Amino acid sequence: MYKYDEYDQQMVDTRVAEFRDQVRRRLSGELTEEQFRPLRLQNGLYLQLHAYMLRVAVPYGTLNSAQMTLLGDIADKYDRGYGHFTTRQNIQYNWIKLEDTPDILADLAKVEMHAIQTSGNCIRNISSDQYAGAAADELIDPRPYAELLRQWSSFHPEFLVLPRKFKIAVIASETDRAAMRLHDIGIKMVKNDAGEIGAQFYAGGGMGRTPMISPMIREFVPLDHLITYSEACLRVYNRYGRRDNKYKARIKILVHELGKDEYVRQVEEEFQHLLTMGIEPPLAELERIKPYFADPAFETGLSEDLDLSDPDFRLWVERNTHAHKQPGYAIANISLKPVGGIPGDASADQIRLMAQLAKDYSFDELRVTHAQNIVLPHVKKADLYTLWKALDEAGLGTANLDTVGDMIACPGLDYCSLANARSIPVAQKISERFGSSEKQAEIGELKLKISGCINACGHHHAGHIGILGVDRKGVENYQLLLGGCEGADTSLGKITGPGFDEDGIVDAVERATEVYLSNKQDGERFLDTYRRIGMDPFKEAIYG
Amino acid sequence: MVEVQFRFRDDEAVNDSAVTVDAFAEQTNATAVRIEPGDDARALLPFLDQLALVEVNFPAWTDGRGYSSARVLREAGFTGEIRAVGDVVIDMLSHLRRCGFDAFAPDKPLNPADAQSAFERWDNVYQAAADGRQPIWALRHQN
Repeated sequence: MYKYDEYDQQMVDTRVAEFRDQVRRRLSGELTEEQFRPLRLQNGLYLQLHAYMLRVAVPYGTLNSAQMTLLGDIADKYDRGYGHFTTRQNIQYNWIKLEDTPDILADLAKVEMHAIQTSGNCIRNISSDQYAGAAADELIDPRPYAELLRQWSSFHPEFLVLPRKFKIAVIASETDRAAMRLHDIGIKMVKNDAGEIGAQFYAGGGMGRTPMISPMIREFVPLDHLITYSEACLRVYNRYGRRDNKYKARIKILVHELGKDEYVRQVEEEFQHLLTMGIEPPLAELERIKPYFADPAFETGLSEDLDLSDPDFRLWVERNTHAHKQPGYAIANISLKPVGGIPGDASADQIRLMAQLAKDYSFDELRVTHAQNIVLPHVKKADLYTLWKALDEAGLGTANLDTVGDMIACPGLDYCSLANARSIPVAQKISERFGSSEKQAEIGELKLKISGCINACGHHHAGHIGILGVDRKGVENYQLLLGGCEGADTSLGKITGPGFDEDGIVDAVERATEVYLSNKQDGERFLDTYRRIGMDPFKEAIYG
Repeated sequence: MVEVQFRFRDDEAVNDSAVTVDAFAEQTNATAVRIEPGDDARALLPFLDQLALVEVNFPAWTDGRGYSSARVLREAGFTGEIRAVGDVVIDMLSHLRRCGFDAFAPDKPLNPADAQSAFERWDNVYQAAADGRQPIWALRHQN
């Protein structure tokens, strides 16, 4: 994975010094909270309901074991012994003291980490495919391009005060595992007819209160124009994105209101102009970055055989591992969704254990997924059983990847100052209702996503089953959505009808799964059945 | 007129009072213009030769359109003064400099020591912008 050189290190160290200075000015009263707010936000520091929350960036979701170990240590030293992995492949800590934050950032800088632009109206952490560099189906590893964009977007002087936050995802396979088309800019690395690699750009996707699937805005951007084209996209947005209403300030609204064609025309004009400005790094810079993402030293001639005589292990292998491009290896998913647990939470000890296991079994590498799980990308099949045993003992062996128990949930009203309803208790109740791995295995792939308010941090629009918590005259109320999907066939869920209370929504989800089980045809997932039979049978069962 | 607190130019101070972009359209002998966040800086491009000063107003520092305005002017070759006025705060200074601002007239005067360290904050930068600094990628690949 990428290693900082002296320049990268200096940038991060400088930021720590700058933030230390900003905190000093805040603590001395020189800055009011109002003045401090936008500054701390650019450093991932939020003021939540009960305490400060610090969000640490995990660029394109890739970590080494030293970094992961430190994340565990921070949870112990500065928080309450746990951390929360997020849908942006980051980690956040919910019980942070303001005066500790400069020291936390200094600790992070020592292992080449930071919290730069993990919030605020700026370009956020670049996300990517959690299986990058390991999946059998990818064209190339998307991460070198994500790293190039990371550097370009860090402290970009023109784009630190955008109309609203700006999220970019980079992928390089047909199977979109990063919800690319639900980002402000989605980039898919592609090969053109001449066999050259380039970037396909999508713009104007997003969730929130006005969910939109992004249209393609350019089929092919050559690699030596990648930064220049990105800059053009951002400049048009910075100049013309709406600033009169924060709910209409994302780029999706600009693209929608201008129309895709007009947005594209303006971007092309800006792009042609910027091409004359010499702002593009040389291709040599990409070539410098690429070797950091070269394959680890895979062994060859390994056996594909796996002893699956232990039924629990078998279930985990079938559910939680994914095909690796290298024979004899597998991609192992660690579910952070134990039955009744808080989705995405891990204790300090669990975080350090995962770090150690990555060191022992996965070439020192881990990934954070947007579904709030952890991946060990390069595990020898022969090591899977030992790995699973160690995970299982630590409560990390749940075999439920992409099933109903593996839900995404935002922090909700338990932590978040924007939320209207709690998400975590609903997630826990659903998880308990479906309980056993066997039951979840019978239902198979079913992506459930829960948001505690209309801002949709829990991706409810993109869930096969989505749940949206709202406030109805002071009472928490939960709406049910069906048919959303975030992959290559992205679709947005539709609301079934009137909402439910906390127990009612759990019943409704169960009834929806029953409709699926009694209607499914060979090999259909929940989503396939829904798409074939439509909303009505579900409505009937739920409200009938 | 609010006082210019920081200036990074050797030429004589410009004291002409700035007219609005709309007024400028009617009175094209003015030598100083003020751009509001919603104004299109490109409307000034035909007149850059006669302008000594462009003020870019930040009614609130959280509106970042002025950063693009300054870069657009510099990219078009404008060499006159670009002055940030309005709600200009310490933490904007280094980025404004990078976008081509070379004078600062904050509504509320800034602590000079804090401003000084803000201007000098970044020894290196990741991007090419309007200040002519060599980005890190250029430093990495210079022969």
